[in-house]
Amino acid sequence: MLIFSVFKTLTDQQVTVELKNDLSITGVLKSVDQFLNIRLDNIKVLDEARHPHMMAVKNCFIRGSVVRYVQLPSEHVDTQLLEDATRRESLAAVKR
Amino acid sequence: MSSLQGYVDRRVILILQDGRVIVGVMVGFDQKSNVVLSESKERVYSMDEGVEEIPLGLYLVKGDMIVLIGELDDAVDQAVDLGTIHAEPIPPIRY
Repeated sequence: MLIFSVFKTLTDQQVTVELKNDLSITGVLKSVDQFLNIRLDNIKVLDEARHPHMMAVKNCFIRGSVVRYVQLPSEHVDTQLLEDATRRESLAAVKR
Repeated sequence: MSSLQGYVDRRVILILQDGRVIVGVMVGFDQKSNVVLSESKERVYSMDEGVEEIPLGLYLVKGDMIVLIGELDDAVDQAVDLGTIHAEPIPPIRY
Protein backbone atom coordinates (compact mmCIF):
# COMPACT_ATOMS: atom_id res chain seq x y z
CA MET A 1 0.00 0.00 0.00
CA LEU A 2 2.91 2.29 0.81
CA ILE A 3 4.52 1.82 -2.57
CA PHE A 4 1.18 2.50 -4.22
CA SER A 5 1.13 5.87 -2.44
CA VAL A 6 4.70 6.58 -3.50
CA PHE A 7 3.80 5.95 -7.12
CA LYS A 8 0.76 8.19 -6.81
CA THR A 9 2.99 11.08 -5.73
CA LEU A 10 5.13 10.46 -8.80
CA THR A 11 2.43 10.92 -11.44
CA ASP A 12 3.45 13.21 -14.30
CA GLN A 13 7.12 12.37 -13.69
CA GLN A 14 9.43 10.70 -16.17
CA VAL A 15 10.15 7.09 -15.19
CA THR A 16 11.81 4.07 -16.79
CA VAL A 17 10.13 0.70 -16.37
CA GLU A 18 12.14 -2.47 -16.89
CA LEU A 19 9.98 -5.50 -17.64
CA LYS A 20 10.64 -9.17 -16.96
CA ASN A 21 11.06 -9.72 -20.70
CA ASP A 22 14.08 -7.35 -20.58
CA LEU A 23 12.23 -4.54 -22.37
CA SER A 24 12.84 -1.09 -20.90
CA ILE A 25 10.31 1.66 -21.51
CA THR A 26 10.65 5.32 -20.60
CA GLY A 27 7.63 7.56 -20.33
CA VAL A 28 5.57 9.95 -18.25
CA LEU A 29 3.76 8.15 -15.41
CA LYS A 30 0.07 8.88 -15.91
CA SER A 31 -1.53 6.61 -13.35
CA VAL A 32 -1.08 3.56 -11.20
CA ASP A 33 -3.55 1.23 -9.45
CA GLN A 34 -3.56 -1.15 -6.48
CA PHE A 35 -1.93 -3.93 -8.53
CA LEU A 36 0.82 -1.45 -9.48
CA ASN A 37 -0.36 -1.61 -13.08
CA ILE A 38 1.20 1.42 -14.70
CA ARG A 39 0.05 3.76 -17.45
CA LEU A 40 2.77 5.60 -19.34
CA ASP A 41 2.40 8.44 -21.84
CA ASN A 42 4.81 9.56 -24.52
CA ILE A 43 6.73 6.32 -24.32
CA LYS A 44 10.08 5.40 -25.76
CA VAL A 45 11.54 1.90 -25.84
CA LEU A 46 15.22 1.72 -24.98
CA ASP A 47 17.24 0.20 -27.81
CA GLU A 48 14.55 1.03 -30.36
CA ALA A 49 16.58 -0.45 -33.21
CA ARG A 50 16.27 -3.91 -31.65
CA HIS A 51 12.62 -3.47 -30.67
CA PRO A 52 10.70 -1.79 -33.50
CA HIS A 53 7.50 -3.55 -32.35
CA MET A 54 6.23 -0.48 -30.52
CA MET A 55 7.10 2.20 -33.08
CA ALA A 56 3.49 3.33 -33.45
CA VAL A 57 2.70 3.25 -29.73
CA LYS A 58 2.45 6.55 -27.88
CA ASN A 59 0.96 5.45 -24.56
CA CYS A 60 0.63 2.10 -22.87
CA PHE A 61 -0.69 0.09 -19.96
CA ILE A 62 1.82 -2.19 -18.24
CA ARG A 63 0.70 -5.05 -16.05
CA GLY A 64 2.14 -4.70 -12.55
CA SER A 65 3.03 -8.38 -12.35
CA VAL A 66 5.58 -8.15 -15.20
CA VAL A 67 7.51 -5.14 -13.89
CA ARG A 68 11.04 -5.93 -12.71
CA TYR A 69 12.25 -2.42 -11.84
CA VAL A 70 10.98 1.14 -11.98
CA GLN A 71 13.66 3.82 -12.15
CA LEU A 72 12.40 6.89 -10.33
CA PRO A 73 13.57 10.50 -10.49
CA SER A 74 15.47 10.73 -7.18
CA GLU A 75 14.79 14.45 -6.77
CA HIS A 76 11.08 13.66 -6.49
CA VAL A 77 11.40 10.94 -3.85
CA ASP A 78 11.71 11.96 -0.21
CA THR A 79 13.85 9.03 0.97
CA GLN A 80 13.79 10.16 4.61
CA LEU A 81 9.99 10.27 4.60
CA LEU A 82 9.86 6.88 2.87
CA GLU A 83 12.25 5.38 5.41
CA ASP A 84 10.14 6.62 8.31
CA ALA A 85 6.95 5.41 6.68
CA THR A 86 8.33 1.90 6.06
CA ARG A 87 9.53 1.68 9.68
CA ARG A 88 6.13 2.80 10.93
CA GLU A 89 4.39 0.27 8.73
CA SER A 90 6.58 -2.66 9.79
CA LEU A 91 6.21 -1.65 13.45
CA ALA A 92 2.42 -1.61 13.06
CA ALA A 93 2.62 -5.08 11.45
CA VAL A 94 4.59 -6.45 14.44
CA LYS A 95 2.12 -5.01 16.96
CA ARG A 96 -0.75 -6.68 15.13
CA MET B 1 -7.64 2.74 -10.88
CA SER B 2 -5.27 2.77 -13.79
CA SER B 3 -8.09 1.64 -16.02
CA LEU B 4 -8.16 0.36 -19.56
CA GLN B 5 -11.26 2.46 -20.32
CA GLY B 6 -9.35 4.84 -22.58
CA TYR B 7 -8.43 1.98 -24.91
CA VAL B 8 -11.94 0.78 -25.75
CA ASP B 9 -12.73 1.00 -29.48
CA ARG B 10 -9.09 1.89 -30.16
CA ARG B 11 -6.57 -0.11 -32.14
CA VAL B 12 -4.18 -1.59 -29.62
CA ILE B 13 -1.09 -3.75 -29.55
CA LEU B 14 -0.86 -6.51 -26.97
CA ILE B 15 2.42 -8.06 -25.86
CA LEU B 16 1.95 -11.40 -24.17
CA GLN B 17 4.05 -13.31 -21.64
CA ASP B 18 5.28 -15.78 -24.27
CA GLY B 19 6.49 -12.89 -26.45
CA ARG B 20 3.62 -12.94 -28.94
CA VAL B 21 2.39 -9.65 -30.37
CA ILE B 22 -1.29 -9.22 -31.22
CA VAL B 23 -2.94 -6.13 -32.70
CA GLY B 24 -6.68 -5.52 -32.79
CA VAL B 25 -9.52 -3.27 -31.75
CA MET B 26 -10.26 -3.48 -28.04
CA VAL B 27 -13.97 -4.08 -27.60
CA GLY B 28 -13.98 -4.88 -23.91
CA PHE B 29 -12.06 -5.57 -20.72
CA ASP B 30 -12.71 -6.36 -17.07
CA GLN B 31 -11.27 -5.96 -13.56
CA LYS B 32 -8.67 -8.68 -14.09
CA SER B 33 -7.52 -7.00 -17.32
CA ASN B 34 -8.96 -9.81 -19.42
CA VAL B 35 -9.36 -8.24 -22.86
CA VAL B 36 -11.53 -8.89 -25.91
CA LEU B 37 -10.10 -7.88 -29.28
CA SER B 38 -11.91 -7.81 -32.61
CA GLU B 39 -10.27 -8.05 -36.04
CA SER B 40 -7.15 -9.22 -34.27
CA LYS B 41 -3.98 -10.29 -36.02
CA GLU B 42 -0.80 -11.80 -34.67
CA ARG B 43 2.41 -10.14 -35.82
CA VAL B 44 5.25 -12.62 -36.15
CA TYR B 45 8.69 -11.01 -36.08
CA SER B 46 11.83 -12.66 -37.34
CA MET B 47 15.30 -11.66 -38.47
CA ASP B 48 15.17 -13.62 -41.73
CA GLU B 49 11.84 -12.40 -43.10
CA GLY B 50 9.62 -9.35 -42.85
CA VAL B 51 6.79 -9.27 -40.32
CA GLU B 52 4.07 -11.82 -41.02
CA GLU B 53 0.48 -10.98 -40.03
CA ILE B 54 -1.77 -13.90 -39.15
CA PRO B 55 -5.49 -13.09 -38.91
CA LEU B 56 -7.03 -14.38 -35.67
CA GLY B 57 -10.47 -12.74 -35.66
CA LEU B 58 -12.27 -12.20 -32.36
CA TYR B 59 -9.97 -13.01 -29.47
CA LEU B 60 -10.29 -13.10 -25.71
CA VAL B 61 -6.95 -12.74 -23.96
CA LYS B 62 -6.65 -13.69 -20.30
CA GLY B 63 -5.32 -10.87 -18.15
CA ASP B 64 -2.67 -13.17 -16.65
CA MET B 65 -1.06 -13.54 -20.07
CA ILE B 66 -0.78 -9.82 -20.79
CA VAL B 67 2.48 -7.92 -20.39
CA LEU B 68 1.59 -4.65 -22.03
CA ILE B 69 -1.22 -2.95 -23.90
CA GLY B 70 -0.30 -0.02 -26.14
CA GLU B 71 -2.52 2.36 -28.06
CA LEU B 72 -1.57 2.33 -31.74
CA ASP B 73 -1.23 5.61 -33.58
CA ASP B 74 -3.00 4.51 -36.77
CA ALA B 75 -1.30 7.06 -39.02
CA VAL B 76 2.18 5.93 -37.91
CA ASP B 77 1.25 2.24 -37.95
CA GLN B 78 -0.19 2.38 -41.47
CA ALA B 79 2.83 4.29 -42.78
CA VAL B 80 5.12 1.41 -41.81
CA ASP B 81 5.65 -1.32 -44.38
CA LEU B 82 5.72 -4.35 -42.11
CA GLY B 83 7.25 -6.49 -44.87
CA THR B 84 10.49 -4.54 -44.61
CA ILE B 85 10.87 -4.87 -40.84
CA HIS B 86 13.26 -7.47 -39.54
CA ALA B 87 13.50 -7.81 -35.79
CA GLU B 88 14.10 -10.32 -33.05
CA PRO B 89 10.87 -11.61 -31.53
CA ILE B 90 10.15 -10.15 -28.08
CA PRO B 91 11.62 -12.49 -25.46
CA PRO B 92 9.24 -14.37 -23.18
CA ILE B 93 8.87 -13.39 -19.53
CA ARG B 94 11.48 -14.87 -17.16
CA TYR B 95 10.77 -14.73 -13.45
